[in-house]
Amino acid sequence: MNRIERLFAQKPHNVLSIYCTAGFPHLDDTISVLQALEHSGADIVEIGIPFSDPVADGQTIQQSGGVALHNGMTLDILFQQLRGVRDSSHANVQIPLVLMGYINPILQFGVRKFCQCCAEVGVDGVIVPDLPVELYEREYLSAFQEYGVCNILLVTPQTSDERIKRIDTVSKGFLYAVSSAGTTGNVLSMDAEREAYFTRLAALKLQNPVMIGFGIADKTSFDDACRFANGAIIGSAFIKAIGKSQNLPSDIRHFISSIKN
Amino acid sequence: MITATSQNFNVSDLGYYGQFGGAYIPEMLYPNVEHLRSVYLDIIAEPSFQEEFYSLLRDYVGRPTPLYYAKRLSDFYKTKIYLKREDLNHTGAHKINNTIGQILLAKRLGKTRIIAETGAGQHGVATATACALMGLECVVYMGAVDIERQKPNVERMQMLGAKVVPAMSGSQTLKDATNEAMRDWITNPTDTHYIIGSVVGPHPYPDMVTRFQSVISEEIIAQLREKEGCEAPDYVLACVGGGSNAAGAFYHFLDNNDVQLIAVEAGGKGVNTGFSAATTALGKPGVLHGSMTYLMQTQDGQVVEPFSISAGLDYPGIGPIHAHLFASGRARFESITDDEAMIAGKFLSRTEGIIPALETAHALAYLEKLGAKQHEIVVVNLSGRGDKDLQTYIEGAQERPHH
Ligand SMILES: Cc1ncc(COP(=O)(O)O)c(C=O)c1O
Repeated sequence: MNRIERLFAQKPHNVLSIYCTAGFPHLDDTISVLQALEHSGADIVEIGIPFSDPVADGQTIQQSGGVALHNGMTLDILFQQLRGVRDSSHANVQIPLVLMGYINPILQFGVRKFCQCCAEVGVDGVIVPDLPVELYEREYLSAFQEYGVCNILLVTPQTSDERIKRIDTVSKGFLYAVSSAGTTGNVLSMDAEREAYFTRLAALKLQNPVMIGFGIADKTSFDDACRFANGAIIGSAFIKAIGKSQNLPSDIRHFISSIKN
Repeated sequence: MITATSQNFNVSDLGYYGQFGGAYIPEMLYPNVEHLRSVYLDIIAEPSFQEEFYSLLRDYVGRPTPLYYAKRLSDFYKTKIYLKREDLNHTGAHKINNTIGQILLAKRLGKTRIIAETGAGQHGVATATACALMGLECVVYMGAVDIERQKPNVERMQMLGAKVVPAMSGSQTLKDATNEAMRDWITNPTDTHYIIGSVVGPHPYPDMVTRFQSVISEEIIAQLREKEGCEAPDYVLACVGGGSNAAGAFYHFLDNNDVQLIAVEAGGKGVNTGFSAATTALGKPGVLHGSMTYLMQTQDGQVVEPFSISAGLDYPGIGPIHAHLFASGRARFESITDDEAMIAGKFLSRTEGIIPALETAHALAYLEKLGAKQHEIVVVNLSGRGDKDLQTYIEGAQERPHH
C-alpha cells in the first residue's frame, strides 16, 4: 500500500487535497508550503509543475505558473527541492504528494527518469491532464508501474459511463472528477446537473476513491463536493490566498482552517 | 478529391505520421475530438457533403484559382514560375478552403457556435465569413500583438459579425490565441465546434485540414496538364506557419519523388538571433496543442516564444505531417528572414502587380536561392494577398510592438 491508498483506507471522507504551484510565490517556497499544509491539516498536496502553455488552466493558475517559471522553476530544481522531503531529520512531510503537470516538460525530462525521481524522493502519484488514458496505456504505463508511481486520471461530466469505468480500471490512487465543463478557477455552483453527475459517479461503484476538483473554492463548495465523493481538491482559491503572502505558515493555516472548520 | 489518400504519408489509424501527431488532449476535450475522429471520414465521403463543399468552393469562394504563369518573374529568375493564386479566393487566402469544409462538418454535427484562433487574421476572417454564410455564432481568439499588427482583418471580422477576443497571455500571438480557443472549447463542449486554422492540433485535425486544403494540389495537377502537358512540376514552394497551405499544395505530389517539395519557415531576424520562428531549425520533438511535433522549446520543455514579422508564421510548432516530411527528408525545410520576405513582397508587387501576404512573401523570397534550371517548372503557392500587410510593408522592417 502506498501513502495515497493508506490515506483513503484510514480516512474515506472529507479528504482535502490542495494544489500549489512549485516555485510559487518564490522559488524556494515549495518545501515550506508543503510543511505548512501538512501542519494545517491538508490530507494530500498536489504540486503543480509549471508549463508555458497550460490549456486546462484558468488565469490564476496560469499566472502562478508564469511567476514560477520566471522564478526559474524547472523539473530538475523541483526534484532537488523534494530530495529529503520525507526525511524525519529534514522536511519530514508524511502526507501523500502528487505532481501535476503537462506532458511536454515530463517528456523532455524523460518519462522513465521522471518516474524514477518520483519514487526516489517519495512522490506518490502524478496527474498529467493532457495525457489521455489510451496514450498512457500504450506508451507510458510500464514506466509508472516499474517505479510504483500512481497515475491519477481525470473524468468529466461529458465522460460516458463506459469510459469512466475504463479510466477507473487504469487510474491508481484516486479518480479525479472534474466538477464541470471549464478550466480551473471557475467557481462551482451546485445545481441539478452537477448533482446528477456526482450521483451518477457514485452509482458507478468505482474501484478508486473519487476526488472532485475544479471550482472548489471555500467551505461551502468543499462540503458540497464531499457529500458525493471521498473528498475534494482546491487549487486556484489557495493560490490566490498565498500569492501576496508575507507570512506563508500563518496564511496557509488560516486558509485551511477556513475550509475545515 | 478530398477523399484521396497518399500511399506513404497518410495518417495512421491512431493519428500518426511516422512518430508525429496523436491526440494529447485533456479528458475535457475527449468527447468532442473522439466524436469528430469517428465521423469525419464518413461525413466528407458523403456525396451530399462533396456536392455542397465543391459547389461552395466554385460559386462562393471562386475556385478553381488560376495557375498563373508569371512571365516577368520567370525571366528574372531564368526558370518557369507558376503562381497558384490562392490570394484570389474570396477573403484573400487559402484559409477559406478549410473553413468551408469544417463549417459544413460542424452543421452536420449539430453545432451552433464556432470558435477559431487566428494569427494574421486570415483564418479568423475566413471563419467569420463561413459563419455569416451559415448563420452561426462566431468567436475568434487573436493575440493582442496580432490585433495591433493586422488591424484591417480585425475590422473585417467585426464587420462580418464575429466577436474578436484578445489573447493576453504569453507572447500574445498565434500560440496564445490557440490556448485561449482550447480553453473556450473545454468550457463549451456541447454546442461549440472549434475550427482550427492549420494542419495542427490533435488528430483528426491535421488530416482533416490537409484534406480540405488538398484541393490546391488537385487543381495544380489539372492546370499543369492543360498548360504544360505534364502532371507535376519540378518544385513546389510554400510557406509554413502551421503548414496548411503547404500541406494542400504538396498533398497530391507526396508520393511522386520527382517533385521537390520546399517548405519555407519564418527565420525572423535570423535563425540564430533568438528572434525566429524557424521551427525545424530550432525545435525538437515535443507536444503542443495536442500533437507530437517539432517544437521550439527550452531544455526543460517550456515552449519558446517565436518571432516573425509575419503574424501567420509566428508559431513555435508545425503540423505533424510536416514534422514527418522533415524527419523523413521528403520535403526540404528552409528559412527566410523578415528582411528577405519584405524585399520579396515588394519585388512581386512591382514585377507582377500582385501584392502578396507577408507569409507568402517568405516562399517567394526562396526563389532567390532555389537555383532552378531554365526548363524546370516551379510552382509557388501564393497563399494570400497582402492588403492586411500594407502598413508593415510601408513602414519597412520596423520592430513589432514590444510587450
Ligand atoms: C496568407 C497566409 N499564408 C500562410 C499562412 C500560414 O498558415 P499555414 O502554414 O497554415 O498555411 C497564413 C496564416 O495566417 C496566411 O494568412
